[in-house]
Amino acid sequence: MAQNIYEKIWNAHLVHEEAGQDSLIYIDRHYVHEVTSPQAFEGLRLAGRNVRRPELTFATLDHNIPTTDRSQPISDPMSKKQIDTLTSNCKEFGVALFDMDDARNGIVHVIGPELGLTQPGLTIVCGDSHTSTHGAFGALAFGIGTSEVEHVLATQTLPQREAKTMEIRVEGELKPGITAKDVILAIIGKIGTAGGTGYVIEFTGSVIRDLSMEGRMTVCNMTIEAGARAGLISPDAKTIEYLQGRSYLPEGVSPQSLAKRWSAFASDSGCTYDTLVELNGADIEPQVTWGTSPGMVTGVTGTTPVLADIADHNERLSADKALKYMDLPEGLLMTFIRIDKVFIGSCTNSRIEDLREASRAVKGYDVAPSVKLAMVVPGSQAVKRQAEAEGLDKIFTEAGFEWREAGCSMCLAMNDDRLDPGERCASTSNRNFEGRQGKGGRTHLVSPAMAAAAAVEGHFVDIRDWKYL
Amino acid sequence: MKEFTTLTGIVAPLDASNVDTDQIIPKQFLKRIERTGYGEFLFFDWRLREDGSPNPDFEMNAARYEGASVLLARENFGCGSSREHAPWALDGFGLRCILAPSFADIFFNNCFNNGMLPIALPAATIDELFELVRASEGYELTVDLPEQKITRPDGSTIGFDVDPFRKDCLLKGLDAIGLTLKNESKISAYESNADIPIPAAS
Ligand code: SF4
Repeated sequence: MAQNIYEKIWNAHLVHEEAGQDSLIYIDRHYVHEVTSPQAFEGLRLAGRNVRRPELTFATLDHNIPTTDRSQPISDPMSKKQIDTLTSNCKEFGVALFDMDDARNGIVHVIGPELGLTQPGLTIVCGDSHTSTHGAFGALAFGIGTSEVEHVLATQTLPQREAKTMEIRVEGELKPGITAKDVILAIIGKIGTAGGTGYVIEFTGSVIRDLSMEGRMTVCNMTIEAGARAGLISPDAKTIEYLQGRSYLPEGVSPQSLAKRWSAFASDSGCTYDTLVELNGADIEPQVTWGTSPGMVTGVTGTTPVLADIADHNERLSADKALKYMDLPEGLLMTFIRIDKVFIGSCTNSRIEDLREASRAVKGYDVAPSVKLAMVVPGSQAVKRQAEAEGLDKIFTEAGFEWREAGCSMCLAMNDDRLDPGERCASTSNRNFEGRQGKGGRTHLVSPAMAAAAAVEGHFVDIRDWKYL
Repeated sequence: MKEFTTLTGIVAPLDASNVDTDQIIPKQFLKRIERTGYGEFLFFDWRLREDGSPNPDFEMNAARYEGASVLLARENFGCGSSREHAPWALDGFGLRCILAPSFADIFFNNCFNNGMLPIALPAATIDELFELVRASEGYELTVDLPEQKITRPDGSTIGFDVDPFRKDCLLKGLDAIGLTLKNESKISAYESNADIPIPAAS
């Protein structure tokens, strides 16, 4: 019988089924970072347990590390302690750690694919909701809590219930200037931030096929913002091509047999899903969020909502609250919104393609004098090196951007990179929650090119009208 | 893990939808490496003013909700970040049961893994509970997990669904890792039969 990719991966990873219980599934890769793991390692220690498969477990430092000069000591003693704790836990339990001095270091969801750890058909977990990113490779990848991190460390399995499946089909062609970020924001705008709850989503259609692997990662990354357990894209020639020669592919297996194994996980033609959502790629405009949830989004030619037009009572209350927090009037054109800071980075949009796109828009321009800070934070040290080899750093710094070390940075503002109260930011990250980028800060989510153009103009502009120099 | 059987307690209302885990516990408190001690940071940016005093505009701060153990919330509660610090903070604050029309997936799982009970109820029931809670000071509910019912002060009841396996784990306070390790031989068998792609040693 024709199967979709989720069913195939699920079936291939079933360890144990028992009536009335969750199924036990095997986990092929476990990624670990400093914020959600200390209590899990401590739990192992208290119970006298080991890491069952250290060779399938990989740790990185990303959330809490400075993006400024790394030769300086870390000023915040609590951040330092968390970093030291992961370092000593990895040593104690035999887990590989890409620390700040390691050339392979970077945001967990950027380095997994970069190193070839992420592969089609695998099950991948991490104590981090954006683990959904790895679904771009046709891996079943999802975020877990710290108790589950401990569970996977100890057993290399997780009790899970089979999810429902949703196909999101985006057909047609994107208009020039429209990116993967706009596609996923438009999808969230359509189905809502809880639209995917209980589902694993597979993205299909010509628009998805035409996206680069970087673009596909952006789409799957924000699947969690639609509430879904995971996002998946069936592996194809692009997936295989991207992975060729990556460091952590299994040893002694020919590229041909890897390609064959990976391709077998692609959804069969004629397979079915529990739900179908369709979008037309040609309808998607550059997206800008106006509120405090990723679903509060509109096209750049749109406006903030008019409350009287919102029929649902609770929705109207939420919109009212969000507009107040964002300090925006009703019915304001998005292009009238002025910004104070610009952040280009995060596991959503910090890969080389994102930086190329953003640099193309800023090339030859200067950051507007009204913009207090515009920063570019590459997703990994490898992305940083690649960008520097291409001279992108020069384009950014000449325009007045700061060029930083890799990490999560102002996506969640756990380190010193943050918004001050009341500041408004054009951000390529994934969450515009209240205070996410700093207490009282106001976040507008956009694509890298839209963020770059906003830095130049000091307000949002329609990237479709941009004059590339 | 802590057991959960029955609970009688004051109900605190949190009238906002899509409450994300960044709100439940902001990032500056995620730097700690302990599992406890997060209660005082719950809803930090909403609950407290700049100077650390309680924010009088935050409904839950009213004296009548002091000591609440049941939280009444709106749809998609707990969305966003996977941080288990969110249930740790709720638990630390004394909130052991959450009633909402719907929950975000990871948060929902995290609750059960901490001996807490999230219950999804129809939106109309939640609307009604918001009215009742606000109308009568000291409004208490009794949550009975074995019977899967919530009893109102007037004796009327609301039934609820819970996954039988999770219910069993909560009632007995079972440790999930211990349960899984009962199937250790199955895991070993899987490992010897499945072709798990081992990353190259580097
Ligand atoms: S970049 Fe942001 S969303 Fe991504 S892992 Fe880091 S903190 Fe999380």
